[in-house]
Amino acid sequence: MAPDAASEQKGWQHEVYDLLRKHGVDQFAYVPDAGHKILINRSLADPDVHSVSLTTEEEGVAMAAGANLGGAKSVLLMQSSGTGNCVNFFSLIKGGRFPFLTLISMRGDFGEGNPWQFPMGQAVEPVLSAMGVICLRADSEDTVVGTVEAGLTMAFKGGESVAVLLTQKLLGAKAF
Amino acid sequence: MTNDVTAPTFVLDRRTALPALIGRHEDFLIVTGLAGTAKDIAALTNDGPHIYTMAGAMGAAVSMGLGLALAKPDKKVLVVTGDGELLMNVGALATIGVVNPPNFGIICVDNGHYGETGYQKSHTSLGVDLEKMAVGAGIKVTRTVEKEMEIAPAARILRETNNAYFIVLRVKPTDPPKFKRNFDPAACRVRFRMNLLGHP
Repeated sequence: MAPDAASEQKGWQHEVYDLLRKHGVDQFAYVPDAGHKILINRSLADPDVHSVSLTTEEEGVAMAAGANLGGAKSVLLMQSSGTGNCVNFFSLIKGGRFPFLTLISMRGDFGEGNPWQFPMGQAVEPVLSAMGVICLRADSEDTVVGTVEAGLTMAFKGGESVAVLLTQKLLGAKAF
Repeated sequence: MTNDVTAPTFVLDRRTALPALIGRHEDFLIVTGLAGTAKDIAALTNDGPHIYTMAGAMGAAVSMGLGLALAKPDKKVLVVTGDGELLMNVGALATIGVVNPPNFGIICVDNGHYGETGYQKSHTSLGVDLEKMAVGAGIKVTRTVEKEMEIAPAARILRETNNAYFIVLRVKPTDPPKFKRNFDPAACRVRFRMNLLGHP
């Protein structure tokens, strides 16, 4: 693909988008979240990808399995609270040994001020681990792109299911 | 009650009506829900390599079919699922309405019951109309098939429409064909990909 104006924009989110595309991801499924705004907007502006807004995050888990059946690669972009909506569909991923990659913007984490966010936010890693999803935490702008690249390799070359957690140390806590 | 033309009628037999509606099954890549529709399609295709049947992950069939349809725009993808499976993730219809993949359709085999667990009534026996929900979700082509004579016109939708479609096939609450299918979801993934892509 010829570089366009968007891909020359600076910032780790743009680097992550370009990396996902370089690895052949062409289905972007998401429930909108501020932490994923740039990735979502890039996918909406990209004529070569499918940008799919979901009603619930579990749709994106099943979509990833369907994409794999058809030889395509998808990524699920969601907030930590969406993890809980996905749990039983991870049966499909684990049982079918489908490759799976999700980028999770964390809440209920470092510096959180909204008490509603803690129960699910703190349960993200144990819940994902219980369902066989490997968690990789990205805490800083220096390491986030490399962490996503590791996740891409583990998912689409290694055949694993992987969640990259974009922590509130990286994203900053939402002010309340 | 016989004068009430709006009451749903559950009279067709899934063992004959569904094969008649689908026709040549080899024309489609088929994803099914769990239980009844998995047995229907496994029996119809002799558990063929162009089908992926669920035995869990209830509610996943429509979204899995969407991922496949977007990945393979040159193939017709058909999701065959039951009323109970569809109701568990009915918001997926809204996503289908918005994306409107032209190579994608859903047949909901609606017997008004949870057959696998002892034929408890489902919402569609109690006033819920799935076709209206699909219309409300923005799916452009919808149909309800309740009578023998409605099967052939609906079968044409599967081959002629260029929009995502949603067909409710109302059937009586009787068992699907008995069929022993492959229950290993990973083996079925590899089988499907080998057939479609030529590699695991």
